[in-house]
Amino acid sequence: MPDLAQLLAAEVPLSWYLILSVILFVIGAAGFLIRRNIITVFMCIELMLNAVNLSFIAFSHKLKMVDGHIYSFFVMVVAAAEAAVGLAIILTVFKNRETLEIDEVSSLKL
Amino acid sequence: MDVLLFLIFAAIAVGCALNLVLQTHPISSALSLIGVMGSLAVLYLLLGGEFLAAVQLIVYAGAIMVLFVFVIMLLNAGGEKKPSKKVLRTAVALPLLFTLAGVAAYVLASQAPRTETVKFGAYVAGPYEVGKALFTTWLLPFEVTSILILIAILGAVVLARKEI
Repeated sequence: MPDLAQLLAAEVPLSWYLILSVILFVIGAAGFLIRRNIITVFMCIELMLNAVNLSFIAFSHKLKMVDGHIYSFFVMVVAAAEAAVGLAIILTVFKNRETLEIDEVSSLKL
Repeated sequence: MDVLLFLIFAAIAVGCALNLVLQTHPISSALSLIGVMGSLAVLYLLLGGEFLAAVQLIVYAGAIMVLFVFVIMLLNAGGEKKPSKKVLRTAVALPLLFTLAGVAAYVLASQAPRTETVKFGAYVAGPYEVGKALFTTWLLPFEVTSILILIAILGAVVLARKEI
């Protein structure tokens, strides 16, 4: 079985990781636009942040530098802070309006 | 072996991400997101990010997703019932997004050099390397981050009060 041995020894091209990152980012952006539950929209944002982290780490591996890992680490910290504040805002919106539909929370719209 | 592991976990990540977007109930979406984060942690390990893989599992899949699930349970959030009224927005946005993905993937596949491959173990950033960079080169951003977290805590406490 030379083909299987060849496949097992092969290395993954860097562009595959970047393309996976693009696919995950686009799925997150699509969910952000088509979902109407405010919590699901929030989770789509987390998915987009994760996709960007993957490309940071892929480039960090290519350049043999630790900086990409540090960037991803800061992205994670900001995501944690954002989740805490965002979920507190969602709780307040639900307490005042009894709804989680983003179409019904539109007071700031012109 | 690298290719096999990459393909398996990339497939899991994309499948879970699609499930996240297509499910109507938020708790199913949250479980799918945990699947995405777990498979991304394995991909980080393949790229040599040992510390980041652990942090991804502990902070993202652990702490942040527990917060999400708490809020879903607390608000008793159900699935979306009515069909969306924003048909035009969806009809314009989705083709544009898929075009973006196609063009970006084409450019990446055609421009990236064929010889550029990811070899498992060629570069490893464990806690030692990350910690050394974090506390020397990146010390000021690190300290600023602590202020950001303090402000986030205060904001969450203020927003969660009864009077607002």
